Amino acid sequence: MTEYQTNSTAHTDNDTDEDTVWVQEVAFIDSVPRWIAMIFVFVVFVGTWQLVTSLGLVSPIILPTPWETLSDMIFVGQNLLSGGYMLAALWITIKEVIYGFALAIAIGFSLGVLVGETAFGEKAVMPYLVAIDTMPKVAFAPLFVAWLGFGIESKVALAAFIATFPIVVGTAAGLHAADENARMLFKTMGASRMQTLIKMKLPSGLPQIFTGLKIGAVGVMAGAITGEFLGGGKGFGELIRVAASQLNTPRVFSLILYLSLVGLALYLLVQWVQRTAVFWQKESVGSYDAG
Amino acid sequence: MAEETYVGAPSGAPVYQLARVGKTYASNQVVALEDVSLTLNKGSFTSVIGSSGCGKSTLLKIMAGLIPPSRGRVVLQGRPVTGPRRDIGMMFQQATLFPWKTAVENIVLPIEIRDGKAAAKKAMDKATELLKVVGLEGFENVYPNELSGGMAQRASICRMLITEPAVLLLDEPFSALDELSRDMMNMELQRICREQDATAFLVTHSIQEAVILSDEIVVMKPRPGRIAEIVEVDLPRPRSLDMMTTPKFGSIVDHIRSMLDKGEDM
Repeated sequence: MTEYQTNSTAHTDNDTDEDTVWVQEVAFIDSVPRWIAMIFVFVVFVGTWQLVTSLGLVSPIILPTPWETLSDMIFVGQNLLSGGYMLAALWITIKEVIYGFALAIAIGFSLGVLVGETAFGEKAVMPYLVAIDTMPKVAFAPLFVAWLGFGIESKVALAAFIATFPIVVGTAAGLHAADENARMLFKTMGASRMQTLIKMKLPSGLPQIFTGLKIGAVGVMAGAITGEFLGGGKGFGELIRVAASQLNTPRVFSLILYLSLVGLALYLLVQWVQRTAVFWQKESVGSYDAG
Repeated sequence: MAEETYVGAPSGAPVYQLARVGKTYASNQVVALEDVSLTLNKGSFTSVIGSSGCGKSTLLKIMAGLIPPSRGRVVLQGRPVTGPRRDIGMMFQQATLFPWKTAVENIVLPIEIRDGKAAAKKAMDKATELLKVVGLEGFENVYPNELSGGMAQRASICRMLITEPAVLLLDEPFSALDELSRDMMNMELQRICREQDATAFLVTHSIQEAVILSDEIVVMKPRPGRIAEIVEVDLPRPRSLDMMTTPKFGSIVDHIRSMLDKGEDM
């Protein structure tokens, strides 16, 4: 009886007994695939560029048109593919980047473990590392040239010097990432310090370590090119410097774009290794911390 | 697992004995623990309850061999506890499973640490058996990311049991779970402890949880941390959740609550 009454009351309150279905608003950007959004930005960027240059708002010596840049890219690309002098230069720069990165990983990781794992390192070494890190590292380039000459070594040194610090910081932060429970668990299992480091602290810290590696990968490229600007040599940076001094801006642009491909390749390589090694980590696109 | 006949009442032999244990932290001269004497018998379930600062986590750390006492004797199975030991099993608030290891690999980790990889490999079968005991059959090769909170805690029970410890130290093991899972896990814990004839020591904030699980409840007072009273719980075993509505259960809970309230005033 009661039930019937409630039902009928409910019925009279509403005009119809249709389902309450309504459309929730969805933000437009959420309905657009990522690649379309990216192309949109690219088109707007290049369109503005074309507009600014073809209207003569800026001198072609300062900013070439997109078309000039593209045609120069094709020229440079042909030179690279046919094994011309540009390929030789690019190969030198790639070697600098690889050696510099390898050196930075070896030194950065070792220092990171020293600083992150030992009380001595944290107390006595870390302050000096922070002090050096705050220095403008590029300013050391002339010193490296004086010490190591105009060859590839001085560029490798500067590249490694710049890339080392983020790796130190990433490693040290990674070793502190394991939570209190995990530490306590390892203690109750009677684990040695080495076991705790290898079986718990290092794997727990891999996400932070890879964050450091990614920042380092970006820095190592900058270090190698800066080294070439300031210390000569036969690398890609030298090509850029020469092109710029000849006011050949399309060439500068296309060389930078090819160079960025090398940087991107290195970054993607680190990211691929991370995804394989840290398979349990949730991904988020485009961020250093979680990427 | 335990084929020997289970001793229903906690009348077994003493397993863990503490006598006049005290702890004063050197850094700030705070007396964290004063004159704690306690005996855990084989197959018994003991809980410790008290407000924060009553020294229960200090007590647990001393019992786990993680920190030394300042005074008193701490003896497990006839041998003084002077560090972490194989015959001490421990479980924490968080399951603390490592995401790069599968469920079985996590469970045999204590063996891997103590005896090496080869021994850990041999223990895989035993780990699989234990997973069956806690109702996680078929989850051997699943990574922790794919386990729910309750399932993860079940796996961490297995990890605690793999070394066949003489005493289980449980540090608020299910407090991170929702209440429904928590009740269920407590009943599971009771069943597993009975099957394994385990001697368990539980730190908890929940009076209900302590009463439903324990043979004895150690009520502690703060400043300095000390035992206020040891309450016997003579509810029949096995316990079930509907016992929580009985007058007897209620009166024990009331008694402990009044003890704890008194502790607050001091």
